[in-house]
Formats: sequence, structure tokens, C-alpha cells
Amino acid sequence: MSAPLEVAVVGIGFWSPRLPGWQLAREVLSGAAVAPATPAARVAPAMLAPTERRRAPDTVAIALEVAARACEMAGMDPRALASVFASTHGDLPINDYMCSTLATTPALCSPTKFHNSVHNAASGYWTIGTGCVQPSTALTAWHNTFAAGLLEALVQAVAESAPVLYVAYDVASCGPLAQVTPSEGLLAVALVLDPRPAALHAAGARLECTVQPQRVADGAQRLPPAWDLALPDNAMRPCAPLFAALATAEDARLCWNLGVGSMLSVDVRHDRE
Amino acid sequence: MIPLAVTAFTATTAAGAGNEALLAALVEERSGLRENDFTAQPLPTWIGRVAGIEGLAWPSRFAPWECRNNRLAWLGLQADGFLEAVQHARERYGAGRVAIVIGTSTSSIGATEEAYARLDADGRFPPDLRRAAVHTPHSLGDFLAQALQLDGPCVTVATACSSSAKVFAQAERLIRLGIADAAVVGGVDTLCGSVLFGFNSLELVSRQPCRPFDVARNGISLGEAAGFALLERDGPAAAWLVGHGESSDAHHMSSPHPEGLGARLAIEAALARAGLAAASVDYINLHGTASQKNDEVEGAVIASLFPPQAAASSTKGWTGHTLGAAGVIEAVICLLAIREGFRPGTLNLENPDPACGPQVRAHGDRAPVNVAMTESFGFGGNNCVLIFSRQAAR
Repeated sequence: MSAPLEVAVVGIGFWSPRLPGWQLAREVLSGAAVAPATPAARVAPAMLAPTERRRAPDTVAIALEVAARACEMAGMDPRALASVFASTHGDLPINDYMCSTLATTPALCSPTKFHNSVHNAASGYWTIGTGCVQPSTALTAWHNTFAAGLLEALVQAVAESAPVLYVAYDVASCGPLAQVTPSEGLLAVALVLDPRPAALHAAGARLECTVQPQRVADGAQRLPPAWDLALPDNAMRPCAPLFAALATAEDARLCWNLGVGSMLSVDVRHDRE
Repeated sequence: MIPLAVTAFTATTAAGAGNEALLAALVEERSGLRENDFTAQPLPTWIGRVAGIEGLAWPSRFAPWECRNNRLAWLGLQADGFLEAVQHARERYGAGRVAIVIGTSTSSIGATEEAYARLDADGRFPPDLRRAAVHTPHSLGDFLAQALQLDGPCVTVATACSSSAKVFAQAERLIRLGIADAAVVGGVDTLCGSVLFGFNSLELVSRQPCRPFDVARNGISLGEAAGFALLERDGPAAAWLVGHGESSDAHHMSSPHPEGLGARLAIEAALARAGLAAASVDYINLHGTASQKNDEVEGAVIASLFPPQAAASSTKGWTGHTLGAAGVIEAVICLLAIREGFRPGTLNLENPDPACGPQVRAHGDRAPVNVAMTESFGFGGNNCVLIFSRQAAR
């Protein structure tokens, strides 16, 4: 087992059609509000030029929305932050479009759809939209994607002693692909993680994380009913228990698999002795 | 960062399976490109197609992962004793202490394309392709965990054409912080309709074999490849990873920054991390795709940052642009340059673009190489530069 990686959570972003925003998501969890019956319309990333904003796929729109909100909460300039983007499946509607077009009229493939098909499209649009020249990465680990991305963000933060933006998202599957690659609705989350002593000693949530050479003992981690019902059966749902712990300011130990025989264990703590 | 020993490495490209085939092609200036015989619908271009993928015996235990990309991965793992080297690392450190950090651009999308071309009457995938493990972008990482019997953290990096360069940086951080004792890094990308017709739609594909840095260049040649390296804190190594630098262009999804801002930042970050001056780099493997824009910008950046005696070249004329595998393939070429004392040239370069300085070489030469650097730039303006050195110490 490695030495713990310790960071403060200084910014949070959260968006799903029936929990559109971190403030509302917290209120729904505490019982102060109910999840709106009508799903919110898709967000439009304000940082993009008008034509790009209109054409931006859902993946990019929701990822940029939560990323911007997390930086806002942290009070940090996005241009100063390295970023890690994680998505289980990437842009499923574009995959469906590409594969359908290739099966019939490959020479008519859209150049914009093609360059938006890369797994790092949201990462690219984020750095372009904010003018950020810091490193940015995009990754997947299938069922372990949220944890793999969180680990990379933690590792970058601690290794470089600098805050890192972490963004994780997935969208709905569609077309024939949906039979083998299920995912429903939209879900995007973001964190700004700060490893510096001043942040660790300030009030707020901290994560103490270790990688352990074993698999997670039991199955899926349970969600409070208010969120369980409001969140779609989205591939990024494994992120939700961490955000529930942050929303309720309750300490928790959460574990996710990282590989065949390794897991990420995260202690969420809200007080400093 | 900490210098990491590259204790095993291998490349399988259109130039052949394994390092010796690639080295021989580089020395003899023999291209691996051929006229496109891959797409069902005609597309007049040249491709770097790897021989032997289709006929490779496929172990039944890997049935759920069967697809062209994982076949190429399995072919690549057989070369240069790489499987044995990983087995030794597994025994030395324990399966849970060896991480897999692998890069790909399109992973197994070719299998999804095939399923769409063979949908049944109800619009469903054909039964033989109803396998979720080949319709995820993590298919490659998932397969490697099975094939290498490694239990540690396993992740697929997908930042287009910088993917398998960035894996070296990510693995270095994991080892530095003690998350892993060793890491298998690399990348695999295979030819598929998405990239051939996708790059064609962007008008970036050449009808001839690509001519990096030539005034008459008119686009890229696409290729496929598998490359792997084993990184450890210490051990017998031909070369060490001593620097990495990552940056973003913040400019455009599919076109480089006109002044090469991100490229410069990545080069400067890698040199700073390595504690090396630009003058100490003996060989630079360029991104050099042979697109109009990339070569113009990259040639100018190299001319402004490096002294004339630094030999720089693009090796895309041998392999084609292997996208998510390009980073590791060109890292392997740097490792071979150090090991062999051979600096490759640039195939098909006759009249250099005036933007290039004297660094860009048409022909290879024999010279001691202590330090070699490779550049990888991807869509989204995603850049990564790696530096390898014969010695671990500065």
C-alpha cells in the first residue's frame, strides 16, 4: 500500500437533467427541495463562440458546464489549472453517427463530427474556451473510469503540488450501440482538488486516498433514495456516492476498483483537529 | 520527476514485427507503406498496414476481446521478449504492483464499425459481435490486463495522437508516488474506416506516400502499430526516461497553434524536468505528419529552439501516422537511436520547407546518441514531449 494522497476539495460542479446544479442537488439530498419533474434543458457552454456553442455535442456541453462551476466555486482561474477528463464511453451519439455513415456512405463523413469524435474533445474545447495552455488529459477505464480519473487527478495534484481540475461525464447511448453499451441520460461532475497545505488546513472537505492491492468487497455503493430516483442509469453513476458524502458533509470511506486486483480507497473528511 | 529505467521495449509497425525489422527499415530507407488495400470502398491513399494480424492464432481464452486492435496488441507483445519481461516484473513486484497505462485513439471502434455494417433484420448487432468488451474505448487496456495477467491499476489514455506519449508521464507519476513499482506503457491503434474516411473528410490524406517537411507535401499517410515499454525504478536499461512535458495549444480542435505555442511549452517543460539544455539533445523524432500546417509550425519551432547540429527527423514515411500509437512507436525509435548510435532521416524528403532549419535531416547517419527527444501533438491541441537518455543521472 502506498502513502496516502491528500487533497482538499475546493470546487465542485454537478449536472444532470433532474439535478441541474450542485446547489439544487444538495437541497434535494437534504430534503429542502424536490427534484424537478421536468428535466432541465441542456446547458450551453458560455465560454465557446456562438457557432461552437450551438454545435457542441452534449458531452462537451455538460463537461464544460461542471468544469466552469467547479472553478468558480474554487475561485480559481481555469487558465492556471491542469485538467483530467474522464468518460466511460466518450461521445456515443457521434460513434453511432460515424459507424452508421461508414456503413452506408463513408465518403460523406462530416469533418466536424470526426474531430469531435476524439475522446479528448471536451478536454480540447475546455482548453480552447478558457485559453488554458496547461496539460490536459482524457481517459477511460470502462467500469472503473470514475476512479481511474480521480486517481490521475489526485496523483497529478500531489506530484506537482498544484491544484487540478477533474471532470467526469457520460451521455446516453443510442442506435444499435445501445444494445451492447448501455448508458442513459446525462451526468457530469467536476472537482477542483488542492494538495497545498493552506487548502488542507482550511475548513471544508478533504480526501485521503490510498491504492490497495485488493478488489472492492461488495457490489455497488448505495445512494440515498432522493438521488437514486433523480439520477439516470448513466455510466458515470459510480461517481455519485462521493458527491453524496460531499453534499451531506458526512465522513465516509468509499472504494472503487482500479484494476483486476487493485482499488482506490477514499476517506472523505470534513473536519480538521 | 524520477528517471525511470526502460527495461524492455518493442514496436510492431508496417515496417515489420519487432525492433530489428523497424531498425533495418530505418537504416535501409525502406518504407512500410503500400497503396490502400484496406477499405471496402475505394480511397486513393497509401497506408502503413501491419502484416500478419488476420492470420494470427487467437487463444480461446481471449475470445471476448477478439478484434483487429487487440490482435495487433497480441502480435506486438510477442516481439523482443516483451511478454517474458513483463512476466519477470510480475514475479518480482507482484501482479498488483504493476500498472497498465496504455494509449489509443480509436481502440476497437473497427469492431463497432463492422457490427453496423452487418446489422441483422431487426437492426441488432450480429451475434458474434454482441461482445461489450470490444465496443468500449477501454477494450485495449482491458485486454492487456488479461493478456499480461496484471492486477494493478489499468487505464486507457485517449488524447488522440499524443495518447501513447502521455502514458509515459502518467506512469512516471504513479511510480514516483509509490502507487506502482513498475508500469507497462504503450499504445495500439489499427486502421479503420473512422480514421481513413475521417481524415479524408478533413482533406488531410495524401494520395501519395507522405513526404514530411517537403515543400511538395500534401497530406498524411495513415498507419497502424503496436508499441510497448516496461518502466521501472531501476534495472538493466538501454536508456532512461528522464523528461516529459505536456501542454495544451488552447487554439483549435484540429489545427495547430500558428506559432507552435503549445509545442514550445511542452519542449521547454520536458527539458526543464530533465535538467537538460536544448544543446544536449542529439536526436529529435518529430511529429512530422506531412500535413501542411503541422510541418510548417513544427519546423519553425525546432529551428528557433535547437542548435543546427541537433539531428531531427520524421519517421512517418516508414510507418504512416499511427495516431494513438505514434507516441510509443517514436519513443521506441529514440530508444533504438540511443542503443544503436543511429539517427534516422526523413523518408521522401527532397526539398525541405523553407520554414525548416538545418536540424531536419533527409538521411540517417551513424553518430553517438546520448539524449533523444520525441514530440507528439494531437487533436484538441494536446501536446506531449518525452526525453530519453543513455544515463539516468544528469
